[in-house]
Amino acid sequence: MSLLEFFEWLGNTAWSVALLESIWVYPLVETTHVLTLCLFLGMIATLDLRLVGLTLRNVPVSEVAGRLLPWAFVGFALMVVSGVLLFYSHPVRAFENVFFRIKMVMLVLAGLNAFIFHTTVYRRVTEWDRSPVTPVKARLAGYFSLMLWTTVVVSGRMQAYNWFN
Amino acid sequence: MIFLPFFEWCGETAVGIAIRDSLWLFPVIECVHLLALAMLGGAVLVVDMRLLGLGLRRHPLAELAREAQPWLVGSLLVMLVTGVLLFTSETLRAYYSPPFWWKMRLLLLAMLFTFTVRRKVLRSDDASGQPLFGKLVAVVSLSLWFGVGFSGRWIAFY
Repeated sequence: MSLLEFFEWLGNTAWSVALLESIWVYPLVETTHVLTLCLFLGMIATLDLRLVGLTLRNVPVSEVAGRLLPWAFVGFALMVVSGVLLFYSHPVRAFENVFFRIKMVMLVLAGLNAFIFHTTVYRRVTEWDRSPVTPVKARLAGYFSLMLWTTVVVSGRMQAYNWFN
Repeated sequence: MIFLPFFEWCGETAVGIAIRDSLWLFPVIECVHLLALAMLGGAVLVVDMRLLGLGLRRHPLAELAREAQPWLVGSLLVMLVTGVLLFTSETLRAYYSPPFWWKMRLLLLAMLFTFTVRRKVLRSDDASGQPLFGKLVAVVSLSLWFGVGFSGRWIAFY
């Protein structure tokens, strides 16, 4: 079975059809997906802006990360659950949409960027925790994160339009 | 009813017609509106969470609020400009959409509250003396902005 055939089968399951056609649930899931952006991206962007030196320059980086990232994770969990539900309601339409594919690639890249940041330069955060100007690698991670999450949001929004199918 | 002629006029402005006639203008403006939402939400949340004793709670409230303020005002301005642009491209749809009117009411309340009561509390650091009042302010602020975002999303549905 190809991936497309699997998604065709998935989109024809009773729960998928029910979700797509529901009057209240689908809009509620979509609203959750959009509004959780504030919690998830709001916290991530605050940390990124600290890394690039645009806000909270007097607050230790480890404190911004330690206090805000747990909330970002809560937001991320909600975004993934609502996002998977949205995908489940129309898998074929999403799969064939170029913006959806771009979004998935950007998601992976954003995750990779975060992983590299946390396993390299952030390991030595005690050395630069309190400095308003962070090391180049940390600043780069901040800029990459802001850029990648922006493209995730933009391609996610553009998924509503299927110009290139 | 008194708003209808005004809405019709807005829809016939050059900007409204240009956005309506363009394939990509509306989606692009939507994207900017959405990105500013994340920024505004973040700027509101960081401070309101602090009032509730969450997040950056070790940092002085007044200083945190001062750091968040330009991001809040900046992203709110972007949201207002892009919001007006989106509105001009579909004024009649907005006029007949109940969520649109809810959003406008809540937006007015949210801005009033943010730039009066909330601002005063954040500036005077009152919340440190009256933590319960600070918490109340945070809950009202979050509820109002949540209402704006929620009803905004539902303009698309009703």
